Amino acid sequence: MADLLIELFSEEIPARMQAKAREDLRSLVTNGLVEAGLTYASAGAFSTPRRLTLAIEGLTAESRPVREERKGPNTTAPAAAIEGFLRSTGLTLEQLERRADKKGEVFFAVIEKPGRAAPAIIAEVLEATIRNFPWPKSMRWGNGTLRWVRPLHSILCLLSDDTGAHVVPMSVEGITAGNTTEGHRFLSQGRFPVNSFDDYAVKLKRAHVMLDTAEREAAIWQGAQNLAFAAGLEVVEDKGLLTEVAGLVEWPVPLMGRIADAFLHLPPEVLQTSMKEHQKFFSVRNPKTGRIEGFVTVANTETTDHGATILKGNQKVLTARLSDARFFWENDLRVAKAGMGEWLDGLKSVTFHNAFLRLGSQAERIARIAALAREIAPLIKADPEVAEKAARYAKADLRSAMVGEFPELQGLMGMYYAMQAGFGDDVAFAARDHYSPLGPTDDVPTAPVSVAVALADKIDTLTGFWAIDEKPTGSKDPFALRRAALGVIRLVLGNKLRGSLSLVCSSALEGYFDRGQQLSQYVRFTYPDGQYRRISGVGRTFRDAPVGAIFAEGVNEPLSDEELKTHISSHTIPGNDVANEVYRLRLPYSVVPDLLSFFHDRLKVFLKDQGIRHDVIDACLAMPGNDDLTLLVKRAEALAAFLKTEDGTNLLQGFKRANNILTQAEQKDGVEYSFGADPKFAETDEERTLFAALDRAEATITPAMKAEDFPAAMAAMAALRAPIDGFFTSVQVNADNPITRRNRLNLLHRIRAICSGVADLTKVEG
Amino acid sequence: MAETRKAPRSFQEIILRLQNYWATKGCAVLQPYDMEVGAGTFHPATTLRSLGTKPWAAAYVQPSRRPTDGRYGENPNRLQHYYQYQVIIKPSPPDLQALYLGSLAEIGLDPALHDIRFVEDDWESPTLGAWGLGWEVWCDGMEVSQFTYFQQVGGHDCRPVSGELTYGLERLAMYVLGVDHVMDMPFNDPQSPIALTYGDIFRQTEEEYSRHNFDGATTEMLFQHFKDAEAECERLLAFPADDPKTGKRIIMAHPAYDQTIKASHLFNLLDARGVISVTERQAYIGRVRALAKKCADAFRLTEAGMDT
Repeated sequence: MADLLIELFSEEIPARMQAKAREDLRSLVTNGLVEAGLTYASAGAFSTPRRLTLAIEGLTAESRPVREERKGPNTTAPAAAIEGFLRSTGLTLEQLERRADKKGEVFFAVIEKPGRAAPAIIAEVLEATIRNFPWPKSMRWGNGTLRWVRPLHSILCLLSDDTGAHVVPMSVEGITAGNTTEGHRFLSQGRFPVNSFDDYAVKLKRAHVMLDTAEREAAIWQGAQNLAFAAGLEVVEDKGLLTEVAGLVEWPVPLMGRIADAFLHLPPEVLQTSMKEHQKFFSVRNPKTGRIEGFVTVANTETTDHGATILKGNQKVLTARLSDARFFWENDLRVAKAGMGEWLDGLKSVTFHNAFLRLGSQAERIARIAALAREIAPLIKADPEVAEKAARYAKADLRSAMVGEFPELQGLMGMYYAMQAGFGDDVAFAARDHYSPLGPTDDVPTAPVSVAVALADKIDTLTGFWAIDEKPTGSKDPFALRRAALGVIRLVLGNKLRGSLSLVCSSALEGYFDRGQQLSQYVRFTYPDGQYRRISGVGRTFRDAPVGAIFAEGVNEPLSDEELKTHISSHTIPGNDVANEVYRLRLPYSVVPDLLSFFHDRLKVFLKDQGIRHDVIDACLAMPGNDDLTLLVKRAEALAAFLKTEDGTNLLQGFKRANNILTQAEQKDGVEYSFGADPKFAETDEERTLFAALDRAEATITPAMKAEDFPAAMAAMAALRAPIDGFFTSVQVNADNPITRRNRLNLLHRIRAICSGVADLTKVEG
Repeated sequence: MAETRKAPRSFQEIILRLQNYWATKGCAVLQPYDMEVGAGTFHPATTLRSLGTKPWAAAYVQPSRRPTDGRYGENPNRLQHYYQYQVIIKPSPPDLQALYLGSLAEIGLDPALHDIRFVEDDWESPTLGAWGLGWEVWCDGMEVSQFTYFQQVGGHDCRPVSGELTYGLERLAMYVLGVDHVMDMPFNDPQSPIALTYGDIFRQTEEEYSRHNFDGATTEMLFQHFKDAEAECERLLAFPADDPKTGKRIIMAHPAYDQTIKASHLFNLLDARGVISVTERQAYIGRVRALAKKCADAFRLTEAGMDT
C-alpha cells in the first residue's frame, strides 16, 4: 500500500471555481486509477488560491494482472476467418492454442496482461487529467498550447510507501513533476521538498499557507466574530461571501474597521451591498440598534504594523465607495420626493429588452402592467386605483442612480423611495415584492396590491414573449420565462385566486396592441431597411378592428390566412408589405391557448414535486375551467387523495370496465347509449341496487360539484364501488334480450357520466 | 523580491520609476500614441503587436480619454482624460507576476506593509474583438492594475500569448502619495521652485472638455466623421498589396487602424452627447469591431504581424 500526493501549483485560481475544481481533480484522478486497475482506501482534495491538491491513501502498488481467453474459429475454418481472429487478438498463429471441442479442434487465444506498476499508471492518469480538466474557462500562456485556468507553474507528484517517498516520473509540456512546492507569496521564500501529505501540510502551515478551505473559513469566521465581539458588535452572517473570501487568501488575517458616521443613515442593504460587492467586506452590526456600523476585511498577509496600513487603505476605499452611495441616495431622494416624474420620463427611453425592441420601452411596459393590475385587482380583492398606482411606480427605481450601481437592489430601493415619496405602504411594498416569487421555494407575496402587480408584471412578460414567438426551448430559457410562469402559478395558488387565466392573458396581450404606440414599433420591423416609420394606417386597423375581438375570435376559432389578408389589406396603406404583416399578425391567434398549455406544463412539474402524478393532473386538465388553476389543483388534490384509497382504486377499475364495455358496444352498434336507463327493465337485485346507488350518488355529487367540494363528490363516487362490483359480478351486460341489453348499456352510461363529471378518469393509469 | 524603495514624492516620479523599471527589465520604452484613445490597449504597440509570432516587449504611458467620465474636475478620482501605464510582453514570461510585484515595490508599495491580491477579472473589449483572462490587482482593497493574458485580439487567437499590464496611474499615485483628491496631487516635486499640482495642469481642461463632451461637440459632424473614418479604413485596406510606385508590397494596416481608433473615439463622444440609444450602441460597437478585425487581418499579412 502506498500514499499519493499531487499538487498542481499555478497563478491565482478564481475563488468561485475552486470548489468544483477540487471535486473534479479528485474524481478524475481516482476514476482514472480505478479504471486502470488500482484500488485505494480514501482520497481528499484541497485548494488555495494558488494550488489544487489531492491526497490519496492506501493505493495499491500495481494493477491486477488480467488473463483473458477468447474462443476462435475451428482449426479447419477458411484462412480468412483465421486471419480475422488473429487481427482482432493481435496474436500470431503460433501463439494460438489448439483445444478439442465438440465440433473438432478450435483455436483459443490466451491474452495475459501483466499487472502494471502504480507510478506508470499515475503518470498517465495525471497527464490526462491536466490536459482535459473541465475548467469553466481556461487559457494558454507564453509559447505553450497547454490550457489551465491560469499559468500552471509546477507539479508535485509523490508516491510514498515503506521504502520511502518517490517522485512519480512524468511531465506535461515541459513541467516536470517533482517533490517541492512553495509557501505564501510574501510570507515565505523559496521552494521546499516534502516527503508525505502530513509533512506537506505541516510545512505549508509553517510557510503561512492554510491548505484546507474549511480551516480558512473557520479561521475567518472565528477571527471576525472575536473582533466584533470585543467591540460589542456582531458580524452579519454571509456563507457565500465566507466561501469566496476563503478562496482569495492562503493566510487569512481578519481586520475590523468602523464606518464613518456620515454614512450610517444609508439603508443597511445599501451599506451591505456596497461593501460586499466592491470590497468583499463582511458587515458588522450593532445588536442594540440593528444598524450596520462596521466591517471586517480579510487580508492575505501579516504585516509588520499588524495590518494598520492595510486597514487604513481599505477604509479609504470604503469612504470613496460610500461617498458614491451617499451621493446616489441623496440625488435619488430628491427625485423620489418630487414624485419620481423624472424616472418615469426616463423609462420612456429604456427598452424593456435590448434584443426585442418590439416589446416596447419600459414606460410602455409599465403602462400595460398598470392597466392589467387595475383590471385584475378585483380578482385579488385589491383596490384597483391603488394597484394601478403601485404598478406605475413599482419599476421607477430602475432609473435611480442606486439601482444603476447595484442592480440587485431593484425593488428594495423602490420601496424606500416610495415611502419617501409618501405613496403609502401598499405601493411601497408592491415595489419591493412584485418581482417575487423568484424560485420554487421563496416567499409568495400576500398583500393584495403586491400580488396584483406581481401577477401583472409576469403575465405581461409571458404574453409579450409568446406574441413574438420567443418561447423557451429545451434547456434554453434566456428570459427566465419558466420562472415567470412558475411565479404566476405560485401567486395564484398561494393566494387561492379564482378566475380564468386565459382571459387575463388575453387582456395582457391586448395591451401590446390596443394602445396604439406599441403597434407602430411592431410594424417597424417588417420593413426591410429596419427604419422607424409610423404607419398610422395599419395602427388604425387594429384599433378599429377592435383587436380584442380578433383575439377573442382567434382564441377559439383562428381566422384563415385569406380572411386575415383581406382584413388587413382593406386597412393597409398602399405599398405596404402585406405578406409580412400577415406573418406578424398571425402570431397572436395561438398565443393564449399555447401560453395556457405552457402554464399547465409548469403546473405539472410543480405538482409532481408535491407528489401528484402527471396522469392525475391530465385527468383534471381535461375538465372544463382548466384555466382556473386554483380549481384545477383543488380537483387534482382531491382526485390524488381519492385514488390512494382502496375504494378509489376499485372504483377506477369499475369505471374503466363500464367504459370499455360501453365504448365497444357503441362502436359496434354505431349508436350512443346516452339516455333512457329505466329501473323498470331491471331484472336483478344488483341492477336495482345500482340504479338506487346512482340516484343517491347523483343527488350528492351534483350539489357538491356545484360547490366545488371535490372530496365530497368523490366520497359519493366511492359509495358506488360496491354496487358496481356487485353489478359486474352477477349481471351479463350483453344480454340476449335487446331491451335488457340496451337498458344495461344505458345504465353503464350513467356510471360514465357521473364519474366523468369529476375528472376524466380514462386518463388515469392503472 | 525586489528591495522596496523610498516613497516617491510626485506623480511624475512614479511614472519615471515605472519607465526606468520596465526599461531595466528589457522593455522598449515607447511614447504615447498620437491619437485620442480610450485606453492604452488601443495603442498599436499593444493591439497589433500582440498578433503574430514575433517576440515583443514594450512599455509606455498612454493618455486616455473617456468622454462620459468627465466631471468638470470636481470628482476626486474621475476624469475624462487620464493616464494609463501599459506593459505588453510577448510571449508572456513565466515570472510576469513577480516582475509586476517588483514594479509595485519600485514605487513604494512594500508587500511587508500592504495586502496585494490577484482577484479574478476577465478582460473583454467588444470594440477590439479581444478578450483575455487575468485579474484586477488589489492593494489594500484598491484596484491598482489590470493583469491580462491575451487570448484573442481582432478575432485572431494570440499565439504566443501576450501578457498585458495596465496601471491606472492617477488612482495608483493618489494611493502611494496619500492624496484624497486627484487635483491636489503633486505633479512634479513639491519642493521644486515651481511646484505644480495635477489640478494646476488639468483642472481647467477637465472643465473645458466636460462641457465639450456633454454639450459642445457637434453631433452631426461627429456622425459624419464616424462614417468617413469607417469608409476610409475600408478603402485603405482595399488597396492591392503591391505598391506600383515603389514596387514594394505595402499593406496600409496601421493607417487603416488609425481610422478604427478614430471611429472608436467618435463613438465615445457621441455616447457622451447622449445621442446613441441603447440598441444603437450595440450596432456602433459592432461596426468598430468589424474595422478592428479587418485591420488585424491586414496586419497579419504584414512583416511585423506574420507568423515566422
